[in-house]
Amino acid sequence: METNEREHVIEVTDLRRVYGGGFEAVRGVSFSVGRGEIFALLGTNGAGKTSTVELLEGLAPPAGGRVRVLGHDPYTERALVRPRTGVMLQEGGFPSELTVAETARMWAGCTSGARPEAEALALVGLERRTDVRVKQLSGGERRRLDLALAILGNPEVLFLDEPTTGLDAEGRRATWELVRELRDGGTTVLLTTHYLEEAEDLADRLAILHEGRIAAAGTPAEVTASQPSRISFELPSGYFVGDLPPLGPLGVSGYEEEGRTVRLRTHELQRAATRLLVWAEETGVTLRGLDVRSASLEEAFLRIAREASASAAAAAAAGVEGSVLAEERVA
Amino acid sequence: MSTVVGAGEAGRTTPAGRMRALARAEWTLFLRNKGTLFAALFVPLVLPFTARSAADGMDLKEAGLNLGTVILPSSIGFSLLFAVYMALVLAFVARREELVLKRLRTGEPRDAEILAGTSLPAVTTGLVQSLVLIIGCSVAFDLDAPPAPQLAVIGLLLGVVMCAALAALTASFSATTESAQVTSIPLMLISFAGSGLAVPLEVLPDRVALVCEFLPLTPAITLVRGAWTGNLSAYEALGAVLAGLAWTVLSVFAVRRWFRWEPRR
Repeated sequence: METNEREHVIEVTDLRRVYGGGFEAVRGVSFSVGRGEIFALLGTNGAGKTSTVELLEGLAPPAGGRVRVLGHDPYTERALVRPRTGVMLQEGGFPSELTVAETARMWAGCTSGARPEAEALALVGLERRTDVRVKQLSGGERRRLDLALAILGNPEVLFLDEPTTGLDAEGRRATWELVRELRDGGTTVLLTTHYLEEAEDLADRLAILHEGRIAAAGTPAEVTASQPSRISFELPSGYFVGDLPPLGPLGVSGYEEEGRTVRLRTHELQRAATRLLVWAEETGVTLRGLDVRSASLEEAFLRIAREASASAAAAAAAGVEGSVLAEERVA
Repeated sequence: MSTVVGAGEAGRTTPAGRMRALARAEWTLFLRNKGTLFAALFVPLVLPFTARSAADGMDLKEAGLNLGTVILPSSIGFSLLFAVYMALVLAFVARREELVLKRLRTGEPRDAEILAGTSLPAVTTGLVQSLVLIIGCSVAFDLDAPPAPQLAVIGLLLGVVMCAALAALTASFSATTESAQVTSIPLMLISFAGSGLAVPLEVLPDRVALVCEFLPLTPAITLVRGAWTGNLSAYEALGAVLAGLAWTVLSVFAVRRWFRWEPRR
């Protein structure tokens, strides 16, 4: 057994995918996923998540780069890889006229080491819907059927393309719980999502895709750590930003003003917040609407998307670099 | 309470097992689709008898034929076209549109197994229908036992395999089940007119008949008819088998090259 396979169950190097019309959906993506890890691919619609996952699933050959799943090429060495992977596509994939039980029976007949169908359906809470035709299932129920079949063969590697889209809050929690249990049992999970809290809650590591490239990657904490925290409040009338203590020593890296509302950005949240509150106490002012907030994945995500489109726009406008705006105004 | 990981360790799947699972699901779908069921079961059993009046007007004796040896091969031809070819074009396109083919390819079945498993119900229907037609026509038209039954067996097998392959090929060029009803017309018409379904090649002018011998469905019809007339020389039989094999091999290569597993976006 290769040591490689132990460490990196999924290895992706400089992956590219080009569609028939010449559209380059994946433009040089590299990452690796270790055994028993949950790895999330985040991105806006059209960022290249599904295009990437389909290459990992072995549905198409890459236009460039290399994919290894469990040490093998999932496209050319299909027979070696498939019995050890489970896949949930972004949508559909089951004949609408078959019942849940008939669909599960068909899939079990095509799956090595399949657990009993009833057991898999019970894991996703579909045990009472076995005689219902697929076309009569709700969108959420269809997602759960898909998940049940993806885990039917106790796969070592599980690919989930937007597993909770269309699920209600409860179904989403249940799916997260199931995915965690699978991970704890040693299953490696690669999932795509556009729900940021899903990635934040569930993923051990993640990568944010933007226009076919990885814009940021790491643990959720690492990705958010690079982002500033925020403090926002309303200045009492008669006070101006200049009346605040000097922002630089406060640990504030930038600010925005909108009417009376001031938003401060900082990488030292505790220091900035403490000094601001001490100032308010000593000056005897009330900061209405005070909101102190750690950096979140959502902020990181929005910022990455904004910066990418801003720099694209700037590049279009004669190669000017993305502006730094308020940062320059800090003394 | 069931465990999430490490449940029962059943064995590895086999190609036969996977195809059985796919064929079983496909049978269920086949029986639930009333339109396909009607086209596959009813049309081929009824349509050929409308050809009877036409056959009555032909000079069959001179061509060494009789009503039975005209209508039986023609009925089997209809069965191949409707129960196998047409039914499979629709099945392949419908499975692709529902992303079933794509989903199956994420699993263990190989491409050929997916197509074969999907084809099994229609192929079985075609073969059973042909048997029913053989018995029915033998009784209705006082046909004697065929002097060369092996030709009928070869012709039938060649016919179903080729029709399944041509169905997959037609499905490759059909975006939806609606357009499949158009893309499947050429083969239906060509076979109807030129492969001995409406008119036996024996009563056509020689030059036209020569061209018609190279149409896809002609070899199967020629072999089946030859099984009952007994006047097909070994040379002619071999030619028909080779032509049928050539069409089958060509279709299989074309399917490998052009078959679409996913809908166009």
